[in-house]
Amino acid sequence: MDLVLTILVEGLGYASYLFIVSLGLTIIFGVLKILNVAHGAFFAWGAYSCAFLIGEFSVMGVSDIGTMIAIPIAALVVGVVLGSAIERTIIRNLYGRDEVIIVLATFGLFLVLEDVILLVFGVDPYFAFQPTLAIPGVQIGGIYQDGYKLTMIALSLVVGLISWLVLNRTHWGKVVSAIIFDSELAVAMGVNVKRVFYVVFLAGAILGALGGAYIAPTISVSPGFGVEVIVLSFAVVVIGGMGSIAGAAIGALMVGMLRAYAVLQWPEIELFVVYAVMAAVLIFRPEGLFAPAKARKI
Amino acid sequence: MAQFMDRTTAGLTIGFASVAILGVLVLPDWLMSQILIAFSRALAVLGLLVLWRTGLISFGHALYFGLGAYTVALLGKDLGITEVLITLPAAALVASVVGFGLGFVIRKYREIFFAMLNLAFSMVLFGILVKTEALGSTDGFSVEQPTLFGMGTDDSTAKLTSLFLGICAIGWIASVLVHRYLGSVLGSLTTAVRDNEIRVEYLGYSVAQAIHGKYVMSAALTGLAGGFTALALGQVDPESMVNWTVSGELVFVTVLAGPGSVAAPFIGSLVFELLRTYAFELVPYAWQLIVGGTLLVVIFFLPGGLWSLIARIGGGRKTGQRGTTAGTTAGTTAGTSAGEAGR
Repeated sequence: MDLVLTILVEGLGYASYLFIVSLGLTIIFGVLKILNVAHGAFFAWGAYSCAFLIGEFSVMGVSDIGTMIAIPIAALVVGVVLGSAIERTIIRNLYGRDEVIIVLATFGLFLVLEDVILLVFGVDPYFAFQPTLAIPGVQIGGIYQDGYKLTMIALSLVVGLISWLVLNRTHWGKVVSAIIFDSELAVAMGVNVKRVFYVVFLAGAILGALGGAYIAPTISVSPGFGVEVIVLSFAVVVIGGMGSIAGAAIGALMVGMLRAYAVLQWPEIELFVVYAVMAAVLIFRPEGLFAPAKARKI
Repeated sequence: MAQFMDRTTAGLTIGFASVAILGVLVLPDWLMSQILIAFSRALAVLGLLVLWRTGLISFGHALYFGLGAYTVALLGKDLGITEVLITLPAAALVASVVGFGLGFVIRKYREIFFAMLNLAFSMVLFGILVKTEALGSTDGFSVEQPTLFGMGTDDSTAKLTSLFLGICAIGWIASVLVHRYLGSVLGSLTTAVRDNEIRVEYLGYSVAQAIHGKYVMSAALTGLAGGFTALALGQVDPESMVNWTVSGELVFVTVLAGPGSVAAPFIGSLVFELLRTYAFELVPYAWQLIVGGTLLVVIFFLPGGLWSLIARIGGGRKTGQRGTTAGTTAGTTAGTSAGEAGR
């Protein structure tokens, strides 16, 4: 029983930040039809900026709980600045090119941004644990649970809910759906598609950075850790179905739980269980488990 | 279609022969071993080139690279077979058998899904190898001394020279064969499939079978490349043979070289290897920056890759007009015109 609970909480914690990151990836793909490998760089930049800011705040004498303000700051600044720069220079000039070429270009971009991190922040790891000290742990079923992890689960729920509401209950969301369905017709109806693309890309970038910023206090932020996350969030998005919020949630849950189970119970399969599931999903349901239904256009 | 000795075949023959002669007579050892590594990888890139002409890019060919490398290493370790005339064909065979099996599934997918499914399969092999203690886990294990006709040598210069001559010969044979294949009817289906699958079906060819064949071919070449790299390095390990970064490198070299000619992979791969050596010496922390930057520059400014530069200088345009008329679309995919120029 304890074991099941541990796997559940571990898996949920892991799934929650994967969900936030994957959500960014999936909305960019859903609207722009771009599989953005550079999303891993948003994540890494978010984490690095957040860890750096927390360190600075802490030196300035801000209380442990107060340093948490660094998380939204890092997410917004990285998302808006880096997202704008990339959209304006690279992505904008790629619309209409081969899908695979776009993936390669964003892969190149990802490599560049990874090394710029090293040049800016150095090779030494950053530790920014202050926020985790500020939030008290709780006992669930007799097991001590880290409080910060629980807030992460709550945050992912909130983020998921807000995204769903915006996409399904606002005028803006309807415009986005119209573009997803047929961008040419949307242009004909007077929608400024380029601007919507820009805003969606920024939103995705902010989500990617937020995932990184929120996880930063719980890990040692060191070079190269954006890679694992980007490959895993691909798996999440592929499993759930590209461009679907519910899919990203289910995919993140599956990946999180599988990994938690593998780490605790069956370490031999830890590294590949996620990819095996991803391959299986691609084989039996290539559009993903929860892909939005597509109208067949002739 | 192709005459017995067309321009490309002659060029390949002269090129490989002069590299081999230069290597033995003039070039220093360090450069020879770089060419050895580069040409080994180029075999895999040659396989990816066939796929890319079909409009497909695989992010998981490290699977076959690793299978080839581990086949050679395991034959020596467990069965004591070090004869390269057995181990290298075995590497290609194992890779193509696995490629044939997975091909039934993979041939149904295109674009990102094709790339991702390959990635998933290769990461499964990576995960298994990393966790298998018997195969040395992350450290891997060393490859037994290779022999040819039962003869081996401990002299490092002699070993390097024979491996070098071997890769020149294999590279020549492989590139000529792939060139002849691309000139054949089945090979011409590469660009045709990329441009319009439905029309290919109407012409009476099976797109699925065409893709499957090319996939197995690329798997075999990549397996061979992995096997040769294992011999050249004397060591196999998951990180440098099977991880997704290896697939990424292969794709990078394919894009850098350009799809224009079967000679392009060898040139591109050599440029990549030299670039890597010097970049590590000059700016140790900026290797990814250079690779990523180069990739962006090639995609934006040189869609035909390095080969398109060579073709432009060598006046390849003139022959390009004479080439196949089928499948020159508006240039949505990189290097179409350069691709025709190589014929």
